[in-house]
Amino acid sequence: MINKIENQFKFIRIAISISIALLLAFLIISFVSKDPLFAMYNLIIGPFENIRRVGNIVELMIPLLFTGVGVSIMYSAGQINMASEGAFFLGGVAAAYVSVTFLLPYGIHPVVAMIAGGLIGGLIGLIPAILFVKFKALPVVSSLMLNYISYFLGMYVIHYIIFDPETGYLSSFLYKETAILPKLFSVTRIHWGLVIGLIVVVLGYLFLKKSKWGYAIRMIGMNPNFAQYSGINVGFYILLCQLIGGAIAGIGGAVEQLGMYSRFQYQKLSGHGFDGVLVAILANYNPKFVPLAAFFIAYVRVGADVMARNSDVPIEIVSIIQAVIIVFVASERFLAGWKHRKIVKASQERFASEEA
Amino acid sequence: MASVSHLFHLEIGVRIMSENIKVEEYILSMENITKIYSNGFIANKSVNFKVRKGEIHALIGENGAGKSTLMKVLFGQEQPDSGEIFYKGKKTNITNPLVALHMGIGMVHQHFMLVPSLTVAENMVLGVEPGKYGMFSYKEAVKLTNDISKKYNLPIDAEAKIMDLPVGFKQRVEILKILLRGVDVLILDEPTAVLTPQETDELFKQLKVLKEKGYTIIFISHKLHEIKKLCDNLTVLRNGRVTGTAKVSDLTEQEISKMMVGRDVFLTIKKDVAQPKETVLSVKNLSWVDKHGKRVVNNLSFSVRAGEILGIAGVEGNGQRELTNLIARLEENQIGEILLYGKSIAKQSIREIREQKISHISEDRMTFGTVYEATIEENIISDRFYKKEFNKNYLMDAKKIKNHVNELIKEYNVRTDSKDLPIRTLSGGNMQKVVVAREFSSDPKLVIANQPTRGIDVGASEFIRKKLVTLRDQGAAVLLVSADLNEVIEVSDSIVVMCDGSIVAYLKDAKRVTEEQLGEYMLGIKKQSDEELREVVHD
Repeated sequence: MINKIENQFKFIRIAISISIALLLAFLIISFVSKDPLFAMYNLIIGPFENIRRVGNIVELMIPLLFTGVGVSIMYSAGQINMASEGAFFLGGVAAAYVSVTFLLPYGIHPVVAMIAGGLIGGLIGLIPAILFVKFKALPVVSSLMLNYISYFLGMYVIHYIIFDPETGYLSSFLYKETAILPKLFSVTRIHWGLVIGLIVVVLGYLFLKKSKWGYAIRMIGMNPNFAQYSGINVGFYILLCQLIGGAIAGIGGAVEQLGMYSRFQYQKLSGHGFDGVLVAILANYNPKFVPLAAFFIAYVRVGADVMARNSDVPIEIVSIIQAVIIVFVASERFLAGWKHRKIVKASQERFASEEA
Repeated sequence: MASVSHLFHLEIGVRIMSENIKVEEYILSMENITKIYSNGFIANKSVNFKVRKGEIHALIGENGAGKSTLMKVLFGQEQPDSGEIFYKGKKTNITNPLVALHMGIGMVHQHFMLVPSLTVAENMVLGVEPGKYGMFSYKEAVKLTNDISKKYNLPIDAEAKIMDLPVGFKQRVEILKILLRGVDVLILDEPTAVLTPQETDELFKQLKVLKEKGYTIIFISHKLHEIKKLCDNLTVLRNGRVTGTAKVSDLTEQEISKMMVGRDVFLTIKKDVAQPKETVLSVKNLSWVDKHGKRVVNNLSFSVRAGEILGIAGVEGNGQRELTNLIARLEENQIGEILLYGKSIAKQSIREIREQKISHISEDRMTFGTVYEATIEENIISDRFYKKEFNKNYLMDAKKIKNHVNELIKEYNVRTDSKDLPIRTLSGGNMQKVVVAREFSSDPKLVIANQPTRGIDVGASEFIRKKLVTLRDQGAAVLLVSADLNEVIEVSDSIVVMCDGSIVAYLKDAKRVTEEQLGEYMLGIKKQSDEELREVVHD
């Protein structure tokens, strides 16, 4: 009974947070727009108006599947590790390097590129964890700093190793055709990354929620003292899950490059890693819900994009919507009073029936 | 005509008088208080609690019966979900502790709310600092402290630091602190839990003095002999409800205990004479220094043999926790040796130790014993989840684990609807049963039980104590640390007393030990000779 109410409220909270965010967005739109209803229509319905836009949602969602699952695993051990951003970026750079310089057959080439991305991503995720386990350096600080290092390291590779001087802007050589991930449907740009992403979601779920390693990681996240007392090697599992989480983000970076681009063109950090944090929070750190959360974020983004192109409301409105949702979802006491009253009522009813 | 009006006035007069008496009689009355926690736990159900002015009123019940919750409601720390509080005849709404203090209700918590690094005087005036123009006058604070300590004949050194004071004096500071705020009603939440028998006697003397001066005292406890000694009236809570209110002198201890648990409690545990075999754990010259440089564990030597229960008695905070943590490897950097089956554990991991069938019930259930947010199942399997029998290929064997956990829930009588509920939905006693189910079901050869029954109800305590004896009979070595003297004496075969990090006494036959005897050793009044202490090492 109590469990049911608790679970209900997890969803009610997210639903109400989203509603409040959309309401607030609508209020702001009414202020800035000459035709708020039209703008709002574009924001909400726009993404589903034609197949190409639905395709856009899915394309945007694919990298978020990876970073969302990666961050869910990292955060489950109680580590606020932001290195997913740098891991995603360097994963892309590593894939670019492999795609440009290696000569490999179809099928093998993207796999090697993804492995390279996963290795470097795992390494990036691991560094803040090592600093934490060895020196008790807070991962939230060290990982944010590490993102700059990852960025400049990546730009160095693009600039000095695989730089294509012919394009007239900062980019790598063209990826070899053998490395490119094929499209799934001809109308849209949805690529095989979707399948790989969904496989990662399933594996991530099994790892985190059904395996002994995932169990240890979650116990550490909820109470490291308890884990230690029970004989779990806390340091080892923290390192393990940061490595895995970073690797998944790195593979995501590789998949994004091979599926969406023909050469490496990022001029700055792409933000996918931070979006992964957003997705993971919305999914309550459960890989099972990551596709849903990723789809929602992608949907809001595409909606804001459609609105910006068709009406007079700038795309930045999407940041407001996201921020409001996160604030409400993350605030512990939001709706706590309502929940308490419901539990009181349920308990009294149970009590009465026990008496009878 | 005149007579009618006369009668009418008389009637009103009588009514006013009776109301006056009522006001005089009950300084405090809580009516139909219901409190339900956010985990659905009903802590108080339609509780009526009335206290007369100038009495010492005992509020008793097992742990988890709802005493503390009721007092938290009275002191404004919790808000009731329904019910009313009348104080001095007026309906009141106590929204926070400051309101309660302002009205004249003060509370001394079980765990002291003092700043250890400050002096007595500074602690006394915390929140009501004397001084002018925003400047704090320390002199004034000392004077206030001395005045009030003289007034109530509770001597205290106003300039001593709290951390240098013994427990009994810390409690005195707490009492003086609320007296300074001008309260009429004092709530004492299990004040004797941390005191030795001698300190308890001293406290009772002080409380009787306060009663003579007209103060009303609410005394929370579950120790019956103390209530017989001290209190005038009592209210008994069971499962969040009042099971009776009576004059203490009208009842025997047996009758009170029946009201508490609804049945006769066996205060003694039946067990055969121990048959000690080989030494399982031996501790040699063990010391441990904390980060402040204090030698918390001081040159301990003892051993525990298979088939015996060695009790460690002592006031809490005399090195017991550090000792058990060192044995369980939760604490590092020991000086001296801890040997398990003759092998040092200094280089072994906690899992390696646990795989040698060592169980550990930590005294800190919330930090080490459980994961508050995790389910009952997840709490039970933490020491065995990785084993082959619970895994299939790369995943955990959900079905096998489910059966295993459900069996343990049944065997250890954990009261819950499902193994998948978070453990926080359980009462303290049931939570401890989950801990015990985990620690006792791994066929342990050495059980380290630190305060295994603290804060839980009599039924669960009895269950756990019996289990300890059963494990002993099956050949396990048991090290039982407890501040509950009755428990140490009843359960243990022999007793070691710790004081200030050292062993001060070894009492070979627990049956012949009295609480007073233990109290003298615990307080450091008496100490055995080195020859006597050497006997605790069996080699």
